[in-house]
Amino acid sequence: MRQPFSIATFCAGAAMLVLAACGSSSSPGTTSNSGNPSGTSDPDLSGPSASLTGAGSTFDQPFFTRAFYDYNQKNSGVTVTYASVGSGGGIAQFQAQTVNFGASDVPMKASEIAAAKGGTVLQVPVALGGVSISYNLYGVKGGLHLTGAVLAQIYLGQIKTWNDPAIAALNSGVTLPSQAITVIHRSDGSGTSYIFTDYLSTISPAWQSGPGTGKTVKWPVGLGGKGNEGVAGLVKQVSGSIGYVELAYALQNNFTYAAMQNAAGSYVEPNLTTVAADAAQKPNVSATDFSIVNQMGSDSYPISGYSWVLVYQTQTNTDNGTALVKVLDWLTHAGQISDAKPLDYVPLPANIQQLARTTLQMVVDSSGKKLLS
Amino acid sequence: MSVGDVTGGRDVRRPSRHIRLGDGAYRRVLQGFGLFVLAIFVAVGGVLFIQAWPAFRHSGAGFVTGTNWDPSRAIYGAIPFIVGTLITSAIGLVLAIPIGIGAAIFLAEYAPRRISGALGMLVELLAAVPSVVYGLWGFLVLGPIFQNTIEPHINFLPVAHGPPLPVGVLLAGLILAIMVLPTITAVTRDLANAVPATSREAVYGLGGTRWQMIRTAVLPAIRVGVVGAVVLGLGRALGETMAVTFVIGNTNAIPNSLIAPGQTMASLIANEFTEATEPFHASALLGIAVLLLVVAVIVNVFARLLVWSVSREVRETV
Repeated sequence: MRQPFSIATFCAGAAMLVLAACGSSSSPGTTSNSGNPSGTSDPDLSGPSASLTGAGSTFDQPFFTRAFYDYNQKNSGVTVTYASVGSGGGIAQFQAQTVNFGASDVPMKASEIAAAKGGTVLQVPVALGGVSISYNLYGVKGGLHLTGAVLAQIYLGQIKTWNDPAIAALNSGVTLPSQAITVIHRSDGSGTSYIFTDYLSTISPAWQSGPGTGKTVKWPVGLGGKGNEGVAGLVKQVSGSIGYVELAYALQNNFTYAAMQNAAGSYVEPNLTTVAADAAQKPNVSATDFSIVNQMGSDSYPISGYSWVLVYQTQTNTDNGTALVKVLDWLTHAGQISDAKPLDYVPLPANIQQLARTTLQMVVDSSGKKLLS
Repeated sequence: MSVGDVTGGRDVRRPSRHIRLGDGAYRRVLQGFGLFVLAIFVAVGGVLFIQAWPAFRHSGAGFVTGTNWDPSRAIYGAIPFIVGTLITSAIGLVLAIPIGIGAAIFLAEYAPRRISGALGMLVELLAAVPSVVYGLWGFLVLGPIFQNTIEPHINFLPVAHGPPLPVGVLLAGLILAIMVLPTITAVTRDLANAVPATSREAVYGLGGTRWQMIRTAVLPAIRVGVVGAVVLGLGRALGETMAVTFVIGNTNAIPNSLIAPGQTMASLIANEFTEATEPFHASALLGIAVLLLVVAVIVNVFARLLVWSVSREVRETV
């Protein structure tokens, strides 16, 4: 008997430590958000008390931890606990109804929705991110020009050296060394890899019929790093390397990154504005048509994508359901400015915020009453 | 009252009912503990196998013989990871065995008592360092040194060709050697210390040197135990996850050179499990765990056979 008891105690202790750490890391700078910047309508937060749980994407975790802490400060009746177990685990727990909501970097597929026990699934875009192309090239600072076609050829192993004519043609005036290119990719499955391979597949037929699009693909060449920090570490250590990292990570670490040619033909560096410009070009994203890479518009940064929250349309517990849609509505509106932006997530464009609200307004309780007006 | 108190007229061969009851209970409790270990093994293996079954059925024999791992197309072949696991563990043991045993003999036979005590404690501390720390150190410190000062001088060898990188199979093997070393050293030193002084004095009495004493009195006596220590180390090397993930380069292909990147079974699971949402992907990763268990069992059986043959040899020579 002693053995299970001590394991349970240990787990509880570890969970408390994690919670304490999350709480303390997200507390600074969150007190003065009562004002409402940028004209997003802050909904009425009052409502029933509830203790909600969610699980899923690790990409969302810093944003969610901070945002749910802030929400609890504004409305102490509602606490949300989020476990960043990865999108796969999040979908599995959501399907089994062991959590109130799931979060995934890629929307659930029809087959996954069919396996969900709680009925119709609604998927809401909740966070927007970009993927920056980072490199380590002696004598070449940030702003190297690249096109999607050249990037695909590099990642296919067809362009092998930095002074290849295809790269040189895009960068007149830059002295490129004859060094070999070392390709770095993510070794763990990730939404960042999904967006990156989605972009390469959109641009390059050879990539689409080769490695294809996915969170984990068969990379033709290169080294794998675990997580953004793994890729960043390898790029830093290997001279002549190129890798892709999530935009928030690149901005926080002051990385040098390439300017990518977009669909309109201009070279654009990744930042909060250019990724938002790309996303705003496609106001009608849905769970089945969610790719926003390579959109038109001269300011659009072409390697971008959403992360999604998963909720059941019919909420069996009215109080929990009401609290849930209110939290998510706040998260996709005011929370974008107060909590996503300071962490270098790209705030959702206004038309996507509206889409999130219209989707959440479809949520009903078991009597069919709408939970968000 | 002592059981051995025969002067009281009580027959010690027939213990009191009270003691017999206690004896039985003690035996049953120990039996329970033994069965508990067995139950854990069966439960873990069974659950893994059940969860892995869909992937086994999907890929068939190709799961064990295939060299292609492409989750986005639901193709799963485990050969690159089996090869990666065996190569890195082999490198780790080849490096760790001579150094580990040598250090242990030094500590037990040559080092002054004070140094031996301090060094011995350090060795035990090394065994307690979490593997993630070895991984970070390997990635941040050893990797660049390896890339700049070692790899350029060995990549003329056919087995080590290719561009120098701060990660790769050889580096992973080196990190594993460092992690396995304390286990082998600590166990071997304790074994050497336990060799009776009379055996040593016998060799000295015949006019033997210290080296002759070690060779004829110490090493034969501890052989079996040392093989056991190596098996313990091998277990750690086969299953090591975090440290290997940091330094192996995480490339899902059979490494074509010792300094090329690769992937082991354990590091593959650590890398891909959290976002395994492709069809059969999570199931295939659990299938890899089943294979790892099978490989570990096979390697352990071989090691047992080795111990058995060595100990028989010892019995025959004594």
